[in-house]
Amino acid sequence: MANEGLRDNETLSSLKNESETLKCKLEEERAKLHDVEPFLSVFFFQQDGKVIVWDAFTTNKEHAVTMPCTWVMACAYAPSGCAIACGGLDNKCSVYPLTFDKNENMAAKKKSVAMHTNYLSACSFTNSDMQILTSSGDGTCALWDVESGQLLQSFHGHAADVLCLDLAPSETGNTFVSGGCDKKAMVWDLRSGQCIQSFETHDSDINSVRYYPSGDAFASASDDATCRLYDLRADREVAIYSKESIIFGASSVDFSLSGRLLFTGYNDYTINVWDVLKGTRVSILFGHENRVSTLRVSPDGTAFCSGSWDHTLRVAVGHQRTRPPAKFIFHSGPERPPQFIKSSATAIIHADSPC
Amino acid sequence: MSASSAVNAMKKVVQQLRFEASINRVKVSQAAAELQQFCLQNAHHDPLLTGVSSSTNPFRPQKVCSFL
Repeated sequence: MANEGLRDNETLSSLKNESETLKCKLEEERAKLHDVEPFLSVFFFQQDGKVIVWDAFTTNKEHAVTMPCTWVMACAYAPSGCAIACGGLDNKCSVYPLTFDKNENMAAKKKSVAMHTNYLSACSFTNSDMQILTSSGDGTCALWDVESGQLLQSFHGHAADVLCLDLAPSETGNTFVSGGCDKKAMVWDLRSGQCIQSFETHDSDINSVRYYPSGDAFASASDDATCRLYDLRADREVAIYSKESIIFGASSVDFSLSGRLLFTGYNDYTINVWDVLKGTRVSILFGHENRVSTLRVSPDGTAFCSGSWDHTLRVAVGHQRTRPPAKFIFHSGPERPPQFIKSSATAIIHADSPC
Repeated sequence: MSASSAVNAMKKVVQQLRFEASINRVKVSQAAAELQQFCLQNAHHDPLLTGVSSSTNPFRPQKVCSFL
């Protein structure tokens, strides 16, 4: 029963008092364990309503689908590589099977899966093609069955729009993290819908969250111009990645394969690379001519791709130098598509199948 | 009716906070050490950390072939 443990005649004020006491107690408990200073450190969518899948090696467009609504805000690749999901201001998430047959109209085979009451901000397949997790401007996340379109679980707790989500690496179990305009990052149990942990240390909207490769921590990028690392077992923030000279919001974040490097895209057109353990900036990449809106590392870790309001996607690889770390160089991106770029999915980089 | 819905909302907040307060936590020193260990163990498998040589770079500009 939902009300187990609470007496029926509790008044509003006594509950408020208890809530304040518990919040203080939570902070105290977390502080008790703070025994040391934590270490001091292409397939994308466009706002014109098209979803494009690129081959990152040849820079050819492999697929293009026109969406019925003009503003696409989220996209995801199915684990099998056979379908994509996308959605945006239409409040829906739709799945399109990918086909190489030029005669087939991909838009005709579209399947509407998710339905929210506000814009779709992010979507991701779980570890199969059969389920999709979505987050929305209506403040909720939801898990859907692709085949039937049925809602399997909903996740309530954010006090404002949810902007991003990331699923835990499959080895570590059934959880995911979401970030929102309420400055909170919340970790959820996929099966029960319960919020397991929540973190509220950012000063502004959280635009992007990404799990550390081991699944024991996650990073967040925020409009407060910082990125932060939260450890799930210590249940607290353990590092901040910021500099006084960085005053523009961070839009996107991703880890390198070992988790040592953190790549973040900013609204000041740059990409900063941070040493996760030391908390220092390792590298800064210039090249984009407008704000960097999205960034992802390829699944095999050989490259990362950034998308920007300058209408381009750029792929960067680390070049060996006599002393690490590697030097990052942008390789020529795809031809300039005519509209704004809002997001990208990891699978645009087919790093395992060069032509 | 708004008073009882406010009470219910507060009950949910308190329940959630009780749940969050009850989870097991580890010390930051231990958590940080494990994150560090994971990084160091996987460092040589990380192409963005070590870099790729120009011969193995899959994105290098392709040489143009010509028939002689």
